[in-house]
Amino acid sequence: MTMMELVCPAGNYPSLKAAVDNGADAVYLGFKNETNARNFSGLNFRDRKLEQSLTYARDHQVKVFIAINTYPQAERWQLWRDSIDMANALNVNAVIVADIGLMEYATQNYPELPLHLSVQASATNHESLRFYQQHFNIRRAVVPRVLSLSQVQNLVQHSPVDLEVFAFGSLCIMSEGRCHLSSYVTGESPNMCGVCSPARAVTWQHSGEVLETRLNNVLIDRFERGENAGYPTLCKGRFEVNERLSHVLEEPTSLNTMDLIPQLAASGIKALKIEGRQRSPAYVAQVVSVWRQALDAYYRAPADFRVDGVWKQTLKNVSEGSQTTLGAYSRPWQ
Amino acid sequence: MKLSLGPILYYWPRQVVMDYYEKMASTAVDIIYLGETVCSKRREMRLHDWLELADHLTKQGKQVVLSSMTLLEAESELKSLRRICDNGDYLVEANDMSAIQILAERQLPFVAGPFINLYNSPALKVLVEQQMRRWVMPVELSRLALQAIHRGTEEMDIRHRFETEVFAYGRLPLAYSARCFTARAYGLAKDDCNLICLQHPQGMNVKSQDQQEVFTLNGIQTQSAALYDLREEMSEMKHEGVDVVRLSPTLEGMVEVIQAYDDARHGRAIEAVRAEGQCNGYWHQGCGMDHQSSDDLKAD
Repeated sequence: MTMMELVCPAGNYPSLKAAVDNGADAVYLGFKNETNARNFSGLNFRDRKLEQSLTYARDHQVKVFIAINTYPQAERWQLWRDSIDMANALNVNAVIVADIGLMEYATQNYPELPLHLSVQASATNHESLRFYQQHFNIRRAVVPRVLSLSQVQNLVQHSPVDLEVFAFGSLCIMSEGRCHLSSYVTGESPNMCGVCSPARAVTWQHSGEVLETRLNNVLIDRFERGENAGYPTLCKGRFEVNERLSHVLEEPTSLNTMDLIPQLAASGIKALKIEGRQRSPAYVAQVVSVWRQALDAYYRAPADFRVDGVWKQTLKNVSEGSQTTLGAYSRPWQ
Repeated sequence: MKLSLGPILYYWPRQVVMDYYEKMASTAVDIIYLGETVCSKRREMRLHDWLELADHLTKQGKQVVLSSMTLLEAESELKSLRRICDNGDYLVEANDMSAIQILAERQLPFVAGPFINLYNSPALKVLVEQQMRRWVMPVELSRLALQAIHRGTEEMDIRHRFETEVFAYGRLPLAYSARCFTARAYGLAKDDCNLICLQHPQGMNVKSQDQQEVFTLNGIQTQSAALYDLREEMSEMKHEGVDVVRLSPTLEGMVEVIQAYDDARHGRAIEAVRAEGQCNGYWHQGCGMDHQSSDDLKAD
């Protein structure tokens, strides 16, 4: 049985080191600009640190994937094109892409450069995957976090390419690449700018005992003293519908699929992705370490696999709102 | 410029749909998009109903395009999609790459809908080579982005091979999810939703805790709360070479909206848009929810 690859986030050099040291099979990272979907200040790589990071990963036999997975803005196409050139020159193991124009460019100019289809391309079925495979020879696709486990299993059966799924981390409840909520309120979107609910638009304001979070002045949530105040991501706000206040779209919670390792492995999934390039090196170290242990335990004795209580607690502690969910895989809301 | 009536994004009873299009047949829209794009559980209208309607509207002089689903997860949804693609008569609006793959395999022309992510001219070129005849610009793109895209396609000498359509009126479709938010608002599971969307022919309003209208829930789709309205930007769209202006159906007042856009495209005077509850920010390279009045624009 080939082991599922553990693909881990690297937002900066210390996180990359943490991922490599704790058992990543591959790390994914982005350049320091809006060509990747975690374009946050203080994150990402360029110049000497980039080379240093690549060297560190390679010295430890860890693969490097570069995410160039936003949609090139028409007036600045050159920036995205240059990023593909650079990724090719760096001889990375794969480039993670979403835009068909960019895939065409890569295919024409660097036919040997392996392409992975980003989750931002929102390919949720095998006909879509076939399109990308036939036209751009993509080797792998990252599956959107909207499919149920049985849909994922079915997709593996029919997919013309290898599949990678999200295993752990923040949960996008919208079909990735098909969400303009952020640009509607702030002018900046994941597709164009690589950001969602950008920090520059956030305000935290005390109003008496209550803490209010706003995004470009739109009230996202109010927290009483003692409540765990989360980052004001639009889809996780508390709003009113029919005069009832609730998390209208989604509760603040993280995805955790550790329970599904046996099913995912049996279905033929090739890789598991840990989300979190925006998280700290300590977070990356903890999460990667626990997942490494879990995968190793599973492959040592698949029939005996059970999720260790300590692993579970570690993941819960670092999760958004200290809650985890199987998300769309189990679909409690179905 | 041509005017199009986009697909109905909400779930309306069959008779309401039939009556609606009967009314639309005598308006000035040139193109009508028919079909379900949001949720495969919405089955008041079946494919043969849409096709009958398509024949009827074609006889009345409208160009009909069949719109297909946006988020396809199940094999049964792909099967329905293939039936739409194999209709034999009508152009299809692809709202997912799966539709483009199926149509391209059959060497059929298509329209790329607003959720096909086309943000630059090299991306457009890929689809033009697959017989894309028209694209609907992603709603978050601005006039400046469109200029750059058109410039790029002119340089590649492909601008004459496709039409550009801009979503100009209606609540903006902003996001799709596997999850149904209307069912969630009622505490219902998606599989037992009781087709609750039928009770919300214009979606459900989402307000912030200080009573600002933010979004509209429409099943698995999230829309803007504000109505996007570019009627005052018609001359700008014309200037940018926009070929088709899309008006997204609302249950009430659509005849008047179409009349206003028809007046605007012919250079006749139109009433100014009320700023409250309206937005046009995306076109002006701002936040989607913003509204710039024409006075602000003149001051620029």
